[in-house]
Amino acid sequence: MRLYLVPPALFGTGCVLGFLGLVEWLLRIGVLNQFVIPFPSSVLLSFPRLFAEEQLLHRLLLTGMEALIASLLVISFAIGIGMFLHRYRIARLATEPWIAAAAAAPIVLAYPLFLVIFGRSSATIIAIGFVAGLAPALLKTLEGFQGVRKTLLDVGHSYNLTRSQLFWKIQFPAAIPTIFTGIRLGLIFTLINLIGVEFLINFGGLGQLINDLAERYDLPGVFATIVFVVLVSVFLFSALELVERWLRPAQR
Amino acid sequence: MDMGVSAAAQDPATGTADEIDLVIQDVSMHFKTRHGTVTAVDGVSFEIRRGEFVSIIGPSGCGKSTVFNILGGLVPGYEGSVRIGGEQISGPHSSIGMVFQEESTFPWRTVIDNIAFPLEIKGVSKAERHEVARRFVDLVGLSGFEQRYPSELSGGMRQRVAIARTLVFEPRILLMDEPFAALDEQTRVLLGDKVLKIQEELRQTTLLITHNITEAVQLSDRVVIMTFRPGRVKRIVDIHLPRPRTGDIVGSEAFGRHVAEIWNDLREEASRGMAESEELSRMKGS
Repeated sequence: MRLYLVPPALFGTGCVLGFLGLVEWLLRIGVLNQFVIPFPSSVLLSFPRLFAEEQLLHRLLLTGMEALIASLLVISFAIGIGMFLHRYRIARLATEPWIAAAAAAPIVLAYPLFLVIFGRSSATIIAIGFVAGLAPALLKTLEGFQGVRKTLLDVGHSYNLTRSQLFWKIQFPAAIPTIFTGIRLGLIFTLINLIGVEFLINFGGLGQLINDLAERYDLPGVFATIVFVVLVSVFLFSALELVERWLRPAQR
Repeated sequence: MDMGVSAAAQDPATGTADEIDLVIQDVSMHFKTRHGTVTAVDGVSFEIRRGEFVSIIGPSGCGKSTVFNILGGLVPGYEGSVRIGGEQISGPHSSIGMVFQEESTFPWRTVIDNIAFPLEIKGVSKAERHEVARRFVDLVGLSGFEQRYPSELSGGMRQRVAIARTLVFEPRILLMDEPFAALDEQTRVLLGDKVLKIQEELRQTTLLITHNITEAVQLSDRVVIMTFRPGRVKRIVDIHLPRPRTGDIVGSEAFGRHVAEIWNDLREEASRGMAESEELSRMKGS
């Protein structure tokens, strides 16, 4: 069977398993240091222990919920503010450089400020995740609205569409691919900051667990927890892809 | 309201053939640029009778597309007047349908939903607008492709979708701005046949903007030749070719005579256009 006939998902899984097998072998023959990188088999075997002793499921749900709330906030505010700034050119010109600057800023370093405002709680984690993801998502949303082809707008004008019809029937659907690129980018920032703050303030779900396990030098546990962080990310991005396909079934 | 093809076909266009449908009178348009004010079109005047097929031809930069945008109500601030059936227009008019040069289908809509778009805007129910749209899918020869997205179609098919979308709300006047410019010559001639058949059936007043002499002669009753910048009407040529026409007519002697006649007028303008663009390139280079 030719390589291109293998379903991509199966091929991807095979590559990951192959890579893990290679790491296991390199560790066993001593090429890699087992005190820096744990055996993949140990990581796999640590899953039941993490579920039983470290409330992994509870932590997974907590981080997942924080990520979901922060993501929904990023999506709502990025699209809402994006629409506003697109509509009012003067506001866009005044704020766009600041938004670009905010997108590059290391928001996570401002966590003490958020701690003062929201306390040592999930609210701080969600707030930092939201603020970190908003700027890049907003920038791409604006780019999406501004990049709508003039001909499509002319088609709308030729049918005498109202401003609202022009926006919802043409501008918004035309901008969806770029908006979703921005949301994906924003959610990457959100997730990184969310886990990072959980780790830093030692509160919440998977980030805190990674911190705890690292302090105990439980390397298999740390790597196993990282696998679950990836799972949260996979879930969020899959859900986002479904929403995008529903909103815009055909991508050019 | 009957939005079907048959209803449009019953429009006794031939019976009112001498009725003036569209009047363009002394239209001028100036644009402000970094280098000063540019006059795109200057004192353009002509009339189109109901059911007539007229082409505007001219070299690049003669203001053809400006005339298209003015007639479509897409650019304000022109001088002169444009009247439809005696009514002065000052913006997009419900009697005018526009087909654009650039790709203008909505990539997120299927063929049927693209074509039904104007009816959706009018608030026609989904079942009814799809029923009407299907008739126009047939008319442009895209049966079987209703559920496809534009990205799954060829350039010629996408342009037919755009034409059907414009026709579906039965505009009395159809404006087309070089709709086949991006297509190869064979597809262009075949699509010309399709346009002729549609016009034969719907009897719409049609204004085609083109820089292709063959296309203009193949499709038109009259051809308006424009000068290079500023665009003015140089001459209006009557095309004496029998109707109904097909693409086969391009091989006839009369066709060749018309092409030669138009080219004689156009050659001077095209040369001026070429000389000016060469001069511009030289200035940019020095």
